[in-house]
Amino acid sequence: MILLRLVPQETHIGFMRLRRMTLPLSAALAVLSIALFFVVGLNFGIDFKGGSLIEVQTKESPANIVDLRNRIGTLGLGDVQIQEFGAPDEVLIRVVEQEGGELAQQAVIAKVRAELGDSVEYRRVEIVGPTVSAELARSGTIAVLVAIFAILVYIWFRFEWQYAIGAVVATVHDVVLTIGLFAVLQLDFNLSSIAAILTIVGYSLNDTVVVYDRIRENTRRFRKMPFADLLDLSVNQTLSRTIMTSLTTLLALFALYLFGGEVIRSFVFAMIWGVLVGTYSSIYIAAPVLLYLGANRDGGAASKAAAAAEGT
Amino acid sequence: MLHFARWTVLLVIAICLAGILATVPNFFSKQEAESWPSWLPHRQLVLGLDLQGGSHILLGVDVAAVINERLDALRDDVRQTLRDDRIGYTGLAVHDEAVQVRIRDAAQVEAAEEALRDLSQPIGSILTGTSARDVSIEAEGDGLIVLRLTEEGIQQRVNSAVEQSIEIVRRRIDELGTTEPTIQRQGADRILVQVPGLDDPARLKALIGQTAKLSFRMVDLSMPANEALNSRPPPESELLYTQDDPAIPYLIEKRVMVSGEDLVDAQPGFDQRTNEPIVTFRFNSSGARRFAVATQQNVGRPFAIILDNEVISAPVIREPILGGSGQISGNFLIEEANDLAILLRAGALPAPLTILEERTVGPGLGADSIEAGKIASIIGTVAVVIFMIAVYGLFGIFANISLFINITLVIGILSVLGATLTLPGIAGIVLTVGMAVDANVLIYERIREEQRAGKSAIASIDSGYRRALGTIMDANITTFIAAVILFYLGSGPIRGFAITLAIGIVTTVFTAYLVNRLIVSEWVRMRRPSVVPI
Repeated sequence: MILLRLVPQETHIGFMRLRRMTLPLSAALAVLSIALFFVVGLNFGIDFKGGSLIEVQTKESPANIVDLRNRIGTLGLGDVQIQEFGAPDEVLIRVVEQEGGELAQQAVIAKVRAELGDSVEYRRVEIVGPTVSAELARSGTIAVLVAIFAILVYIWFRFEWQYAIGAVVATVHDVVLTIGLFAVLQLDFNLSSIAAILTIVGYSLNDTVVVYDRIRENTRRFRKMPFADLLDLSVNQTLSRTIMTSLTTLLALFALYLFGGEVIRSFVFAMIWGVLVGTYSSIYIAAPVLLYLGANRDGGAASKAAAAAEGT
Repeated sequence: MLHFARWTVLLVIAICLAGILATVPNFFSKQEAESWPSWLPHRQLVLGLDLQGGSHILLGVDVAAVINERLDALRDDVRQTLRDDRIGYTGLAVHDEAVQVRIRDAAQVEAAEEALRDLSQPIGSILTGTSARDVSIEAEGDGLIVLRLTEEGIQQRVNSAVEQSIEIVRRRIDELGTTEPTIQRQGADRILVQVPGLDDPARLKALIGQTAKLSFRMVDLSMPANEALNSRPPPESELLYTQDDPAIPYLIEKRVMVSGEDLVDAQPGFDQRTNEPIVTFRFNSSGARRFAVATQQNVGRPFAIILDNEVISAPVIREPILGGSGQISGNFLIEEANDLAILLRAGALPAPLTILEERTVGPGLGADSIEAGKIASIIGTVAVVIFMIAVYGLFGIFANISLFINITLVIGILSVLGATLTLPGIAGIVLTVGMAVDANVLIYERIREEQRAGKSAIASIDSGYRRALGTIMDANITTFIAAVILFYLGSGPIRGFAITLAIGIVTTVFTAYLVNRLIVSEWVRMRRPSVVPI
């Protein structure tokens, strides 16, 4: 049986030589993302901004969005976004948070229901009041920070501090670029987006750790090899695995993106982006950073223990 | 690495079989699964509200109201105590979350302090042995005595208010007859209500959003209500309005004849003469006695039925009501009468509840999401399966067998745990499929490498597994950390995603490292290959 080879058996790609291009490129993209975050900002969903969201299915197809906009516009609810959602007869209505606390948010739904009546089917109604939205925003940010910190500690424990910093730089890079994507495309940033980011954190680290593991192993085997060559060797050795895993994960994600329904589409979209960026960063960011931090050639205590275990 | 102890083999097979067995009930209807003998697993995956449709409502107990009510009661107690002990005072008021009172005669300050000390209750049982009290009493000089609620005292009040609210909300929702509502406490002052299969929670919200404090009080006839509007109402009375449009003001005595706490039953019904919907009620014996006395003394005068500071009706007492039962008529619709009876039976909330968050998914969207989730999982899995065979051939098939067992284990564990499957949870399973093969990929790529380096088939396989293990563990533990944090800090559907992701990681390590290795070692034993076809 002829097996499919995505990557030639032995590759000798000079990834480290490319670092003079990739590191500035990544830095520029990261700065751009941060700038976009502050200048343009994210399109925060009701989870973080408060407000209400109503998904309706109209009896006629396609839905008459202009008519809906006119009718809901007269209710005096402030800024209202109305857009098609997934199918021509499905419409998403988003209403900004009303002034006047929790009760005022409840009134929005009553008003919209009174106006639209039975002319539509209500598929989803979400109302998030000011108290909860502030909490969700805070706990979401904390979740991402705590996750990155916990992983930093784990890698420090398992490898060495240079590796921990390298992994965190790569991970933060992925998170920043993902936030940049949300800002550029003005995707709805909600609770699922935080979940997507945390999954990206997990995935990206997974990838980085595999490369680091090989680097650590090679530092023991090839004590005389220049560190840059050693990094290149390690990345090349793990390249086919990196590509394979990205592809299988992407296959699953694309299935979700295409067939998983509109509700999770932006969630999956962010993850697809995260897998791409995470794969890139473990090759082009995580490894070169070690070069600059001067990772211990000797491998350190953790790897000595591993070497001892290997000898048995 | 290719040798397995007999007990390891049996254990691995037993775990796989248990996983499959735990998954089976999901392929049958609920009734069928429940009729099975008890030694068979019959728990099914619980579908989240986003999949089966329903309402998720987060309520907040009004802590400020709880504290204010406690302070008002404390102020009344202080007044009563000082009057009983004939101690002169001025300026009794609630101020800055404390009750202040100034004792007129400096010589009596000590006596007053002593008398008021009885108002402070110890907190907790004797068993816990804490010395905390719910009110602190301090003389601040110049005859001023300040009674403050202690931190512990407030906490205790809020705590019991939340507990009591949960109980009352449960009673009210049970009256609606909806299926399997869950009502649970969340954090210090929150209540989470989840009701499956409800697509318009308006009535539910109306039912749980109402405090339902009922009281029967006399109408104050000392001045017309309209006059009280322009001047000040007498100190012992207050102005309350009806629900009508325009609202009619009534001057009502603050003193309560009988309150809703004394009700033992309330039922919707129809007035025999006018045929309009009414609510009939019955008092307990002490309530009935007080109501009888009050009505005997006030024949010919109007009294008012007040619900949450609104006048429902203000009938004139034609004759003493001695039987302890009566009826409320207030131009109700049938459903209104019905709901009011439910509210009165369930009792009043100790403090108002506010709706902080509401998420309702209609049954149509839920069904669509399940369908979409199914299709996406199947297509994603099939794509990965085909891809693995294309790349690794026979070993790809081995990997796919472990993948199948992996998914089965995930679903089995989720079923046994009674975990809730949400839409993000389905995404978690699909993502597990994508990432699960990673462990196999790591091993297989390693075997390829070892074989290229000139090792024999068996040696390549052996060191492939050995060397990949550390990497697999490191890589999966990092993702596991992210999943655990997501679980603790996330809420609702996100938690569902975190659970499936975390379980997926554990089963992935198990299947790749044990199940897959077992299959490969059996294959090696049977075929004795000289080359690994990988």
